[in-house]
Amino acid sequence: MENKILLAHGSGGKLAHELVEKSLVKALANPFLAKLDDSAVIDFSGRLAFTTDSYVVSPIFFPGGDIGKLAVCGTVNDLAMSGARPLYLSLSFIIEEGFSQSELDEVVDSIRKTAGEAGVEIVTGDTKVVHRGSADKLFINTAGVGIIAEGVNISGSNAKAGDKVILSGAIGEHGIAVVSQREGLSFSTNLKSDCAPLGSLVAEMIDACPNIHCLRDPTRGGLATSLNELAKQSMVSIRIEEERIPLREEVLAACEMLGFDPLYVANEGKLVAIVPSKDADRVLKAMRKNRYGKNATIIGEVGAEKPGRVVMKTILGASRIVDMLVGDLLPRIC
Amino acid sequence: MKYISEFRRSELAQGLLSQIQRQSKTPVRFMEFCGGHTVTIFRYGIRQLLPKTIEMVSGPGCPICVTANADLDKAIALAQVPGVIIATFGDMLRVPGSRSSLQETKAVGGDVRTVYSTMDALKVAEDNPDNSVVFLGIGFETTAPTIAASILQAEEKGLKNYYVLSLHKLCPPVIKALLDWSEVKLHGLICPGHVSAIIGSHPWEFIARDYGIPCVISGFEVLDILQSVSMLVNQVENGKSQVEIAYRRGVRPEGNQQALKLMRQVFEPAPAQWRGMGEVQGSGLKLRKKYQRFDAELAFDIKSGPTSEPAGCICGDILRGVKTPADCQLFGKTCTPQYPVGPCMVSSEGSCSAYYFYGVSLGE
Repeated sequence: MENKILLAHGSGGKLAHELVEKSLVKALANPFLAKLDDSAVIDFSGRLAFTTDSYVVSPIFFPGGDIGKLAVCGTVNDLAMSGARPLYLSLSFIIEEGFSQSELDEVVDSIRKTAGEAGVEIVTGDTKVVHRGSADKLFINTAGVGIIAEGVNISGSNAKAGDKVILSGAIGEHGIAVVSQREGLSFSTNLKSDCAPLGSLVAEMIDACPNIHCLRDPTRGGLATSLNELAKQSMVSIRIEEERIPLREEVLAACEMLGFDPLYVANEGKLVAIVPSKDADRVLKAMRKNRYGKNATIIGEVGAEKPGRVVMKTILGASRIVDMLVGDLLPRIC
Repeated sequence: MKYISEFRRSELAQGLLSQIQRQSKTPVRFMEFCGGHTVTIFRYGIRQLLPKTIEMVSGPGCPICVTANADLDKAIALAQVPGVIIATFGDMLRVPGSRSSLQETKAVGGDVRTVYSTMDALKVAEDNPDNSVVFLGIGFETTAPTIAASILQAEEKGLKNYYVLSLHKLCPPVIKALLDWSEVKLHGLICPGHVSAIIGSHPWEFIARDYGIPCVISGFEVLDILQSVSMLVNQVENGKSQVEIAYRRGVRPEGNQQALKLMRQVFEPAPAQWRGMGEVQGSGLKLRKKYQRFDAELAFDIKSGPTSEPAGCICGDILRGVKTPADCQLFGKTCTPQYPVGPCMVSSEGSCSAYYFYGVSLGE
């Protein structure tokens, strides 16, 4: 019979130690974890960025990724969006009783690989097992810290009129890849989640232009929501052009079928940068050299009029407001 | 052919717009019946770019929006019956009824499940043999055949716990009612594309023939809409009134015979309640006698209580094309997509939601 996670695996007793040592510490091997102390002790100097996020994606495996990869990328990307170099992560599992050991191993292996690519180490962690039905298979929380280099000042409130808005690539792939696997909705698509760690992309952008004003990863709520957040935080307007937004035909088709607007569909490996106009070409060039920015493009610019508003020039040349997402995306019925 | 991006080509759209500019001399008012068309019109800002001679008004073609509060209350009451699972399309969840919504009923323990097709609803029934599963049959001629198919399948499988609350609406009868009331003078009608994919073009002919109003059946992309407007203008300027199909890739004149056969096998026309329009003869569908055991209305003793409309909400007038969301005191103030008062703000195809999201009064 396949090995299952039991309540005892979270009890703090022998099974718990076995799980931590065999499944986690060994797989994620590094000197901090190997100590098995209550905290990781780290020497630091400089400005620290610190963030946390919880991951409850369903299904936990989807085309292009899984909950483990997402848990690393999400937190790494949040650090990167502050201009930080991501360094260390914590990793906490909440596991539903009866979850398969082999699936857990698969998730941990994915965490190991993604952390390796992102150049971060998992330095502390925790495991809890809850009664069947109290969680859905596996929930993960990660927190992360990173260091912000001298002279870098990136914030959602820094956008200035005249700045250019850059998008790192095509939108909507993560959301559609996950939705395509949902029970009751499975449809076949070649799409994969764009889930990726963006630390190296951001580092190369900062090398090209330390004066980047804003960075944001358009995750839940999609590009539209990120742009609205930036416009409101910076008290500026943002004007984008529909024709310039990269979009794969498969995403477009799935969105049409489901009644989604791709502007609101989640991404996990894309970023929006707002940069001074004079630096835009330099940043763009640096981005296009990185595998996660090769389709980067300028999609619009920042204005001073009507602060907080995002407007899109449609392919016809008319204008329309792009508002934040309200509630959940719902599929259409006719 | 790619079917989507090819129907959004900017240069072709610009060409159609200038063609419309050149053709249009007579001031006209066109109605787009379908909520899907309304969304495309707003999403691309088509109203801003049409010549001053063309006024567009939105019609009642949003199945969620036209569902009467009394019917909504029935669905909500059913959701409160112990052992009943409600299966519904997602948009219905948030629509406020007289006292509550399906979403609120769900939050306090009602079993309401979003499904994406009637076949999913059947599966829920198969998987839960000890419960009664009621599918909310909301929609036009587009969805009715699939619901008919689910009933036939349920019969074949011998499912004893599957029911349909048939709140279906038929489009041609309600357009006839709108024209007979003549509250809004129309010079052209953009007919619904997906409804026509089922019923074909013939059921619209009475509009061109008896009312002298040009009709064009349109698809849902920006080029489809512009092409249809251009064809309507062409008919007006040449003094014609006929039914034309601009949506050739989706609609045949005779419609989808197989779907129609299914629909007619299971359902027969009946009066239906429309929000803002009251009862319209022959504009609904009820289960034929042979299939009455699937009729939720007969199977359950539904106690939905008195029905009331939200004070100040003008969704009914908006659905008849008499008023626009901009005329509503509540719009954008007490009625927003977060806290909708009326259904036109809830449904993604509702006029109020389109006005709100796409900022129609932008004037830029």
